Amino acid sequence: MRNITVHRNNETPSSQNENLLQIQNLKTYYPVKGGIFKRTVGHVRAVDDISFEIKKGETLGLVGESGCGKSTAGRTILRLLKPTAGKIIFDGKDITWLSGKSLREIRKDMQMVFQDPYASLNPMQMVGDIIAEPIYNFMKKSKVELKKEVMDLLEKVGLPQDAYYKYAHEFSGGQRQRIGIARALALRPKLIIADEPVSALDVSVQSQVLNLLKDLQEEFDLTFLFIAHDLSVVKYMSDRIGVMYLGSMVEIAEKNSLYLQPMHPYTQALISAIPTPDPRRKKERIILKGDVPNPINPPSGCPFHPRCPVAMEECLNSKPALREVKPNHRVACHLYP
Amino acid sequence: MSVKNSFKEEILLEVKNLQTAFEIDGTYYNAVDNVSFKVKPGQIVGVVGESGCGKSVMSLSIMQLLPKGIGKVKSGEIIFDGFHLENMSESQMNKIRGKDVSMIFQEPMTSLNPVFTIGYQLQEVLFNHMKISKKEARQKSIALLKSVGISRPEKIVDEYPHQLSGGMRQRVMIAIAIACQPKLLIADEPTTALDVTVQAQILELLKKIQKVNDMAIILITHDLGVVAEMCDEVMVMYAGKIVERTNVDSLFYNPKHPYTSLLLGAIPKMDQEEERLSSIQGMVPSLINMPTSGCRFANRCPMAMPECSTTTPLLAENEEGHEVACLQYETSKPREEVR
Repeated sequence: MRNITVHRNNETPSSQNENLLQIQNLKTYYPVKGGIFKRTVGHVRAVDDISFEIKKGETLGLVGESGCGKSTAGRTILRLLKPTAGKIIFDGKDITWLSGKSLREIRKDMQMVFQDPYASLNPMQMVGDIIAEPIYNFMKKSKVELKKEVMDLLEKVGLPQDAYYKYAHEFSGGQRQRIGIARALALRPKLIIADEPVSALDVSVQSQVLNLLKDLQEEFDLTFLFIAHDLSVVKYMSDRIGVMYLGSMVEIAEKNSLYLQPMHPYTQALISAIPTPDPRRKKERIILKGDVPNPINPPSGCPFHPRCPVAMEECLNSKPALREVKPNHRVACHLYP
Repeated sequence: MSVKNSFKEEILLEVKNLQTAFEIDGTYYNAVDNVSFKVKPGQIVGVVGESGCGKSVMSLSIMQLLPKGIGKVKSGEIIFDGFHLENMSESQMNKIRGKDVSMIFQEPMTSLNPVFTIGYQLQEVLFNHMKISKKEARQKSIALLKSVGISRPEKIVDEYPHQLSGGMRQRVMIAIAIACQPKLLIADEPTTALDVTVQAQILELLKKIQKVNDMAIILITHDLGVVAEMCDEVMVMYAGKIVERTNVDSLFYNPKHPYTSLLLGAIPKMDQEEERLSSIQGMVPSLINMPTSGCRFANRCPMAMPECSTTTPLLAENEEGHEVACLQYETSKPREEVR
């Protein structure tokens, strides 16, 4: 089942440059209701004007702390949430405002793997039925074909054939996540959005699932949007990484460029805060003060300025735009004019 | 057990052959099985292992906080500062808990009482263990909040837990835990629920307090990065047993037990380019399915030998003070590290 890993960078440049997904100025606001009539009194700006693109066959990692809008971004792209403004172009087609039949049609090509392997599987359904459901919904297949397909998928994700007749509670967290992955794979989608797929798992199981995702990407030529808070996991999985803070994209770059030369002060702090599993390496730590501000009432100017160790006066007044500072390295910070 | 030290050293906590059992359908199963270790004053000892390996049960056994009627300490000794904790009555324990030994838990949300103010919960500990007036208690709690890095402590002292963020709540928990300057702090996954930048703040704070108060810490975590940055000594637990115990440097640079090596290989590293992570097949056996003889890791171990499923390895110490429980070391001299 395991293929020899040929690095994707070796592919022909033409397939490299093709964007599978393009996000332009996407905004997703949640209304805040208040008062006796439950009127909208404000908005949580969960995703506030982000733009990025994902090339075919690429993995884009999205990191940030809780509440930074990374999950909302993922769900909006899948159109599980309604965008407030902006554009989502998937496979050359604008899907921002699709609805009904045409939206359903597009769902075949984009699937999701959820964080909580306990809550995202129906406890009343047999595993075989859980995995078969998307195929059943979208394709005309006979019962025999359907079962064969599910058995194939079980094998692909490394589960035994008898898993077909079992229920989700009979499996461990790692195995459940495999079931979730099999379900996402069932329709052979082009894009898989994985929202914290391993954060509920132990390290030894986490590595199994990460390896599996990499193998499947190779085999099915998948494109991933990989959302996680753990920067080392994201770095292992991704080709490029985007860093989000309080609804904004603050930096996006090729992963080594981001890790070796982080430019945004937030990215620098984030990377320095990760505990290194190496007792001999004592590194300089940038300790940020305070917590992430409330997104209902974000700070003026740059959203990071109240915690930024190098904030300038300009940062209080104007929000920096995401600009290309180096080739393929974009930063939203006034330090880099 | 290991024959130890001809030279005398100060020991703050000594756990000898601890067995903690849980009752499932009328039968007792050992969640912690024959665990022995020592903690010196001012030392930070890490306990690592996957979920279900008995880390938390072990710490609850030390604190005598096991759920009543379900779990109990079956045998073994827990000697803290010369006292045998395992024989103590509830009221005797209450005098020690919170004063000489205290504990912080994983979830700062559920471990604070939502209906009392922060100040009330801090002062509760102070009143229990000190003769102190109301005014002094209030002042002391403000000072404590300040010492854990909370800005505006005069205001926070009258607020309720829900008004604080996760990081702030964990700071309050730490303030409560260190209120009486304990000699030992047991921290059970103190930063797991927090974001990395906040985790960095809390770890820094724990280190600072540990230095100032010369307090020993037992740090329970599954994050090997946290262990590397914080601990002096590390114990690796697997299925209720300690499989390896050594200082932090040799754990990372010279791991002896295959489980430790695999665990280290399974974490993605920021500074290395990796094509594949190592992983451990299978999972920790549940209490009911625990192998009765042999090494408990044998069925997942890539280096298992036939005798591994029949002979139970003992935790044995080599010349450098590195303890490991694996059959490949008892017969032969320790070989090159296994990766």
